[in-house]
Amino acid sequence: MRCSEMSKMLTAKEIAPGAMITEPGSAMKFETGDWRSFRPVLDREKYIDCLTCWIFCPDDSIIAKDGKMEGFRLSHCKGCGICARNCPKNAIRMEPEGV
Amino acid sequence: MDIGINGDSAVALAWKQVDPDVCAAYPITPQTIIVERFSDFVADGEVETEFVTAESEHSAMSICIGAASAGARTVTATASAGVTYMWETLGIAAGMRVPITMAVANRALSAPINIHCDHSDVMSARDLGWILIFAENVQEAYDNAIMAMKIAEHPDVRLPVMHNLDGFILSHAIERMSTLETHTVKNFVGEYKSKHSLLDIEHPITHGAMDQQDYYFEHKYQLAEAMQGAIKVIEDVFEEFGSISGRKYDLLEPYRCDDAEYVSIVIGSTAGTIKEAVDQLREEGHKVGSIKVRVYRPFPTEMMSKLLEGKKAAAVLDRHMAIGSTGPMFGDVCATAIDLEKPPELVNYIYGLGGRDVPVSDLKKVYMDMIEGNCKKVNYLGVRI
Ligand code: SF4
Repeated sequence: MRCSEMSKMLTAKEIAPGAMITEPGSAMKFETGDWRSFRPVLDREKYIDCLTCWIFCPDDSIIAKDGKMEGFRLSHCKGCGICARNCPKNAIRMEPEGV
Repeated sequence: MDIGINGDSAVALAWKQVDPDVCAAYPITPQTIIVERFSDFVADGEVETEFVTAESEHSAMSICIGAASAGARTVTATASAGVTYMWETLGIAAGMRVPITMAVANRALSAPINIHCDHSDVMSARDLGWILIFAENVQEAYDNAIMAMKIAEHPDVRLPVMHNLDGFILSHAIERMSTLETHTVKNFVGEYKSKHSLLDIEHPITHGAMDQQDYYFEHKYQLAEAMQGAIKVIEDVFEEFGSISGRKYDLLEPYRCDDAEYVSIVIGSTAGTIKEAVDQLREEGHKVGSIKVRVYRPFPTEMMSKLLEGKKAAAVLDRHMAIGSTGPMFGDVCATAIDLEKPPELVNYIYGLGGRDVPVSDLKKVYMDMIEGNCKKVNYLGVRI
C-alpha cells in the first residue's frame, strides 16, 4: 500500500468501530485481485467448457455464462492456481504478473 | 439493607439483580463462588440468564464474544491462569468492541503455583483494551459489578470492563455491605439494546472482520480514542451511582492528601490498609497521604498529575512485577509526572506477591523510607533478600 493511496482511504472517524461491516455484500467493492503474483491465462485451443474451474475457484473469479467459460474476473482473482491445477485439459496456465 | 457477605457472592448478587442475558464461565479459584452462586440463581429460576458451562476459559470468553455480538448483555468471571488462558480472546473482545463485563478475583500466576492474591493476572492483560476497575472492599466489588455494565454499554465507550477484587482478601472474606433494591439496580443499568446485533436479520452485518495494513491501525486508534472518551463516561456513571446509593466514587481517591508531603499510590484492598498506616503516621506528626487508583485503564493521567502537584515524594505500590522493568503502575505514574514543573521524587515498591501479607507496619515503612531518603528506585517490600 503506497502512501499516496492511503490518503484517499477512510479515516478512523469514518469507519465502523470494531471492524464491523454494516453493509452486506460489500466484499465486492474490495478488490483483492491486487494481491496476485501469478495470473491465470486461458488457452482457447484446449478448453472444453466443462466448468471444473468455475466449481473449484475459491473466489468468484471464473466468469461463466449460459454454461460457457468466458474468462477471469481479475479484480478478485488471487492467482492461487487452483483452476489451472484442476483443469482436465491443461487449458489454464499461470503466468507471472509484472512487478 | 445491610448484610454480611463475601466479595464473590456480592458480585453474584449484583448479577442476580441485573439478570443479564448470558453468562458463560469456567470455574477457577478464587472466582469459583461467583459462578457457583450465580448458577444457583439460574437453577432456581431467580434469573432468566442463559448460563453456558464452557470447557475452558478460552471457550468461555469466545462464547461471551459471540453472545455479546448477538446483542446479549453478557457477564463472566475468572482469575489467574483463567485470564491468561483467555489471552487471545481478551484482545478480540476489546477489538470487536463488545461490552462484556468480567469479574476477576485477582490471583498470582504460576509458577510456582499459588492460589493467593496479587495483580499479575489483570496487569498482564492491561494493554488489551479492557477498562480496568478495582475494588477496595466487598461493598465496592458489588457496586463495581453494577456500574461496570453501564460503563461498558455506553454508546461512546463500547469496551469490555474487568472489575477486579483481590483474591481471598475480598473474594472470600465476609464483610458488611449495603445492598440496593433490585428495582433500583435494574433501573440504573436500564435495558441493553445493542445497535448492531448479529441476530438482527433485517440489517445483516459482519462482526470480527479482517483488516490489512490499510485499516488495522485506524481501528486500533479508535480503541485509544474510546478509552480516552471513557473517562468522562465513567465519571458520569460514578456520579449517577452516587445519587442512587449515597456512595460517591471517583477515578482516583485521595486520602488525607491535601497537605501531605509524602504520598503512596495503591490499588485494591491495600488501599484500605494503607489508610490505617497514614492515620498512625499522622498521629506521629508526619505529613502523609495516599491515593487509591480505582480506575487503572483508562489511566486518569490528568487527575493524577494534579494530585501529585507539590508533593515531595510519591511511592507507587505495584502488586505485580513487570519482570525486567519496573512495576507497571510506576511507569504510568512517571509518564504522568513529566507534566509537572517540579515532579515529586518517585519510587516503586513491589509488594504482596503470591498473597504475601501486607501489614500496616510494612506500609508505614514505605513512608518512613521516603521521609528518611532510604528508597531505591525499585524496592521489594517484605521479601527476604
Ligand atoms: S487463480 Fe484461483 S482465484 Fe484466480 S481464477 Fe483461478 S482458481 Fe480462481
